[in-house]
Amino acid sequence: MTTLLDLPAPAGLHAAARIVAAPGAGGRTVLPVLEGDGPFALRRLRSHAGAAHVCLVGAMSAPLGGDRLALTAVVEDTAALRFTTTAATLALPGRTGAPAAYDVRLAVGEDATLHWLPEPLISARGSDLAQTVRVDLAASARLVLREEQVLGRAGEPTGRLTTRLTVRRAGRLLFDQELAFGPRVPGWDGGAVLGGHRAVGQLLVVDPAFAARPAEPRLLGPTAAVAPLAGPAAVVSAVAPDALALRKLLDSAASRLNAVLQPV
Amino acid sequence: MGAGHAALLVLADGRFPAGGHAHSGGAEAAVKAGRVTDAASLEDFCRGRLHTAGLSAAALAAAAAAGVDPLALDDAADARTPSPALRATARRLGRQMTRAARAAWPSPELDALAAARPRGAHQPVVLGLTARAAGLGPLDAAHAAAYEAVSGPATAVVRLLGLDPFDATAVLARLAPELDHVAERAAEAARRAVHEGPDALPACSAPLLDITAEQHAAWPVRLFAS
Amino acid sequence: MHLDHPDVYPHRHTYSAASPLRPDGRRRALRIGLGGPVGSGKTATVAALCRSLREELSIAVITNDIYTREDAEFLLRNAVLPPERITAVETGACPHTAIRDDISANLEAVEDLEAVFSSSSVGPLDLILVESGGDNLTATFSKGLVDAQIFVIDVAGGDDIPRKGGPGVTTADLLVVNKTDLAPYVGADLEGMARDAEAQRGDLPVAFTSLTAEDGVAPVRDWVRGQLAAWTTPAA
Repeated sequence: MTTLLDLPAPAGLHAAARIVAAPGAGGRTVLPVLEGDGPFALRRLRSHAGAAHVCLVGAMSAPLGGDRLALTAVVEDTAALRFTTTAATLALPGRTGAPAAYDVRLAVGEDATLHWLPEPLISARGSDLAQTVRVDLAASARLVLREEQVLGRAGEPTGRLTTRLTVRRAGRLLFDQELAFGPRVPGWDGGAVLGGHRAVGQLLVVDPAFAARPAEPRLLGPTAAVAPLAGPAAVVSAVAPDALALRKLLDSAASRLNAVLQPV
Repeated sequence: MGAGHAALLVLADGRFPAGGHAHSGGAEAAVKAGRVTDAASLEDFCRGRLHTAGLSAAALAAAAAAGVDPLALDDAADARTPSPALRATARRLGRQMTRAARAAWPSPELDALAAARPRGAHQPVVLGLTARAAGLGPLDAAHAAAYEAVSGPATAVVRLLGLDPFDATAVLARLAPELDHVAERAAEAARRAVHEGPDALPACSAPLLDITAEQHAAWPVRLFAS
Repeated sequence: MHLDHPDVYPHRHTYSAASPLRPDGRRRALRIGLGGPVGSGKTATVAALCRSLREELSIAVITNDIYTREDAEFLLRNAVLPPERITAVETGACPHTAIRDDISANLEAVEDLEAVFSSSSVGPLDLILVESGGDNLTATFSKGLVDAQIFVIDVAGGDDIPRKGGPGVTTADLLVVNKTDLAPYVGADLEGMARDAEAQRGDLPVAFTSLTAEDGVAPVRDWVRGQLAAWTTPAA
């Protein structure tokens, strides 16, 4: 696990990582920039076809309470990048009780592809994390983005977790969603929001192919659904009792969207 | 500008003929799933809806009332509504509200929005523009939208569960201070949106409302349209 | 003309059935509402009217079901009209609200049907029947929604209904007393019903029907034809 522990420094840690994927010779994607400090240990892995595969290795403890983490990935025109993590990211309380921030900025160029598939974000008791993910897509870009939040480790009450995921396509807003759970968030566990579930996630797929052939709305059991957005995109939303059940739901949906998903 | 409270009462009246009576705001699906069974779980449901979809709707309405471009707000509403069933519902109700609003408070801005979105703009945007046409301000519009976010489910649950209507009304009364707070947050965000655009507005969302709206839309037998 | 064509909407008559004209200046379809208690034969009357008139008129139907789409599906199943001529409006368990207090959803349905047919090669509609979900004796249509309304009761529901009156029985433009064939079995006094109805309604017409009989809907159909003739004749 990428544990996001507490450091004595009262100001908290500021850490950043940056990935640039660019087209190389023979249709292969190269990584002219692959850098990260603090908790960000990035590795290049073997990949499918010509795509680049970057993995965030959970080798370091990363402080969160009061810290600011920033992760940026740019996929240049025609390049293809797959991003994964080796372990879940764990948000832990800091000594000061100050909230932590984790900002992810993704840009995908024309005819470029990004599969952003990190392991879940786990909100531990007493933690307070605000995550933002902003994605800017060119009109012909393809995106598969998975986001999973797990509220509390096994048997533990959750910390406070707020997220905002904003996706623009060709400069136009396509998807904008804020989620908030845990202490000081009114109504988060009621029947309108989570209804007692402890894992929540989504799989967002943007592909120009949806313009001609939109995804069909589809139910995946009582707590998950595939929904076409008001643009060439679909989102699978799911809530589940735990991380494992959530992943099962999202994976089953991914296989149903296979028609447009090409592996990278 | 400067209408008093009376116009707000007219706009927020449950009998305002804009189609709301046929919608449960997700309560019918929550009742069927056993997540709303009594006054306490109704209150939890309404509180969650108020601070998520309710806040987002209130902010869109406040921004429209503050003069932010309604078409930009309509796009922002689309991006905030991943469920196609809920987008369709929001546009249908927006169209119905446009009809009622143009009769009640004729306005060139409402006419222009109706012309640009003949199949209906998102209801909160229309609500905000209606408040503007009635001479009400952004905070008023936010109050109306936030109130709708909880009054619809509360009324529906009275019909669905045979819940004591006094209990349902008491739920709304208990939520009133939070409703004021949500309306103020929405109006504050709307003030920023005047300069920064719709991105300054909250986009709070409730996963179960989105997911179960799709299920509800597929039911062959139901009391409410959404 | 596309349905979404932005140019038509602002000129459309948007919040009342009062204007008899379409946006293009032609006379719009006549809108007739059918209300009445559950089980009195509203849907059967609509179906019979459609079968009887569909060769001579371009008809569409809007149903207001209470909690299902069964009335719409009955009409579809029995193929009284093609599916594009039938629209179901959902009423949130309050059918009388949808036809009287808040008619916005029904008006949308009416205008959508009119717009689709006006812009299609089929040509504009002549008649739109708006069927209410079964409700009580007080459920009547708003004048903002329909031009005329029919209230359907049946002899099996009790031969004292006309005597009891109520807004539907008293004010409907046509009162239909259906299932007259059952009168002997339920001990209903048809002549008494006719007398009571006249006492309540004065000159307003009453039609006694048995839809199981050959051309049983004839009295209602003839009344509808009369309404249409009056509707399409320009006022002097």
